[in-house]
Amino acid sequence: MSHATTRAPFKARADAALADRTLKLAIDRTTGTAEAKRAAALSAFPEFEAARARGKAIKDHVIAHLDHYLEEFERNAIASGARVHWAADDAEARAIVTRICLEADARLVTRAKSMLGEEIGLPHALADAGIERVETDLAEHIIQLAGEAPSHIIWPAMHRTREQVADLFRTGHHPPPAAEDPASMVQSARRELRAKFLGADVGISGANFLVADTGATCTVTNEGNAELTTTPPRIHIVTAGIEKLVPSTAHAFALLRLLVRSATGGEMTQYTTFHCGPKRPGDADGPEEMHIVLVDNGRSRMLADEFRAMLRCIRCGACMNHCVVYRQIGGHAYGGTYPGPMGAVLTPVLDGLAAARDLPHACTMNGRCAEVCPVGIPLPTLLRAWRARSWREGREPGAVRAGLSLWARLATRPRLYRLASRIGVRGLRLFGRGGWIARLPLAGGWTAHRDLPRPEGRTFMEQYRAWQARKGAGR
Amino acid sequence: MSAKPAPRVGLFVTCLVDAIRPRIGFAAIQLLEEAGCIVEVPLAQTCCGQPAFNSGDDADAARLARQTIAAFEGFDHVVLPSGSCAATMVHGYPDLLAGDADWAARARDLAARTHEITSFLVDVMGFRPEGRRLEASATYHDSCSGLRDLGVAAQPRALLAAVEGLQMRGLEGNDVCCGFGGTFCVKYAPISNAIVTEKAEAIQRSGADLLLAGDLGCLMNMAGKLHRSGAATRCFHTIEVLAGQADGPAIGEEG
Ligand code: SF4
Repeated sequence: MSHATTRAPFKARADAALADRTLKLAIDRTTGTAEAKRAAALSAFPEFEAARARGKAIKDHVIAHLDHYLEEFERNAIASGARVHWAADDAEARAIVTRICLEADARLVTRAKSMLGEEIGLPHALADAGIERVETDLAEHIIQLAGEAPSHIIWPAMHRTREQVADLFRTGHHPPPAAEDPASMVQSARRELRAKFLGADVGISGANFLVADTGATCTVTNEGNAELTTTPPRIHIVTAGIEKLVPSTAHAFALLRLLVRSATGGEMTQYTTFHCGPKRPGDADGPEEMHIVLVDNGRSRMLADEFRAMLRCIRCGACMNHCVVYRQIGGHAYGGTYPGPMGAVLTPVLDGLAAARDLPHACTMNGRCAEVCPVGIPLPTLLRAWRARSWREGREPGAVRAGLSLWARLATRPRLYRLASRIGVRGLRLFGRGGWIARLPLAGGWTAHRDLPRPEGRTFMEQYRAWQARKGAGR
Repeated sequence: MSAKPAPRVGLFVTCLVDAIRPRIGFAAIQLLEEAGCIVEVPLAQTCCGQPAFNSGDDADAARLARQTIAAFEGFDHVVLPSGSCAATMVHGYPDLLAGDADWAARARDLAARTHEITSFLVDVMGFRPEGRRLEASATYHDSCSGLRDLGVAAQPRALLAAVEGLQMRGLEGNDVCCGFGGTFCVKYAPISNAIVTEKAEAIQRSGADLLLAGDLGCLMNMAGKLHRSGAATRCFHTIEVLAGQADGPAIGEEG
């Protein structure tokens, strides 16, 4: 759940982000490293194209047979002893999770990083229910201390520099870290968090995959925090979007290879865990109860519309790491749960086009996101589909509509267009001196930042026709 | 020369070249003729419709698509000095007109005959410019649509390699968008500016005398930023250099 409607509009958020040079430094560090590591991982993985085709095919197959795999997953999860809940939207998902916590008299809940938890607004819901929440992922811990939302789907605190994190820990940790080198800071966070890991009543995690033929949920982390979140507490709740289904464990691994290389450039995450039901008699550890909350929240609607391909997304973050816009404004400026190109497609689904109209427009359509996407999502095509829908629904500003329709009326009448161009370029020349125009009424967006080359003076068509006439006369 | 009849090529000059820099259109005619084509410029062309298409105004975009398809029927090839306009015709038109069987077929037929000019010269005509000399260093920016939608990357470089004396220099982030994005650059001017600022810095770091690219929109964006920041880099469309016009005025220089 985001607060796009209640916050400053997109352009104001973007301007604020552009003015924040520390933010830019933090973004450049993380995305620059991510880009380099992904490139290195791919050069050592020549079968990437084949793996991408397979990953896309797996996802498309599941999406086409979603009801079948959902039923199979539910059956097997129940057989393993888990309880399965269905949530049609974010409100239902919040209600289910808080009810389970309250019925268990939970006072302390640990949570492992999950973008779906952010999407359904779980942090706020738990606070509203008076339940203390401890984030066990280091980055989530940082943004919890800062009272912020994630700015990236893989590195939620990527908008904060090491130096800023040191400041946060100095005031937020008791006692503060012994020193400000990374090792001491991690040590300090571990000390803060470990005690709570063990005292929690409920652990909440997301899932990277839901395995239909075993009923297991799969989470991957680099810190091992998911294991500590999900094993010691009495109750383990998994919240997952219904698009996370895969037919079998082998399919999960096929996608995992793509996910990890695209996200962090590694070959495997440090920790890959499959949870299959609660503790059984004879198990050394594990929760007494396991609940799986399957969340729709707009996904079944996407099945039927032009955004269906977006259901393939495995949340790797590569599209934002390679996005020129994200790399200038960071994640918070997007105003939704999910930032970058994938967020610009998803946020209008989740928050409505009225609140998120800017996002599909704030894109140069350069296509680098689609080029790196490990499941071949045609992100620019989907963004254009939002633009077309926004146009059809009459949401585009009147000035834009009027301008384009006047232009289109000329452009569909070639003779008139040629005449208008001849006049237009001569008019335009009046605004410049030498070869450049430094200021132009109605084009301030251009000339505020760059000069505009002054037109040559006669249009191509004019010169070409004169040239043809001369050639004809000379013949 | 060859036994094959000379192909009839319809040149789509693009609206930006028509208005701002006609010499790119004449460079295209010269190169296509040198490569052995018969070149015609149909008068019924205006704009490929990209501003409407990328704004979501599908009805106007479709109108322009039909006009363009009709204007270029009957040519062996349709060639454009722009990767992004060519990509609109190759990928955009068939999508846009998919709902109308007759027009969709005509759109696919046009798409199959449409080429960005440097890839046409190399891949279809097997052309290399001869006797061109230019004592300068240059760097090349890969415009996004040409690169990603049409695979234009090796062809312009191969053509430029045939210009004697021209030293090519690497550009950091050569395949990263310059921030133009059509109407994006005015609708989201501050973001576009931040992107093109980084691009201009990379161009200056290359130390090259010339910046070359295959799309006038991107070139105007980068040239305009370079000029505003006081850089001396001269900017040309790739085919101006290939046609031997780099002794003439660069973008923003009066001829
Ligand atoms: S859209 Fe593709 S690149 Fe972006 S997060 Fe999803 S899977 Fe990764």
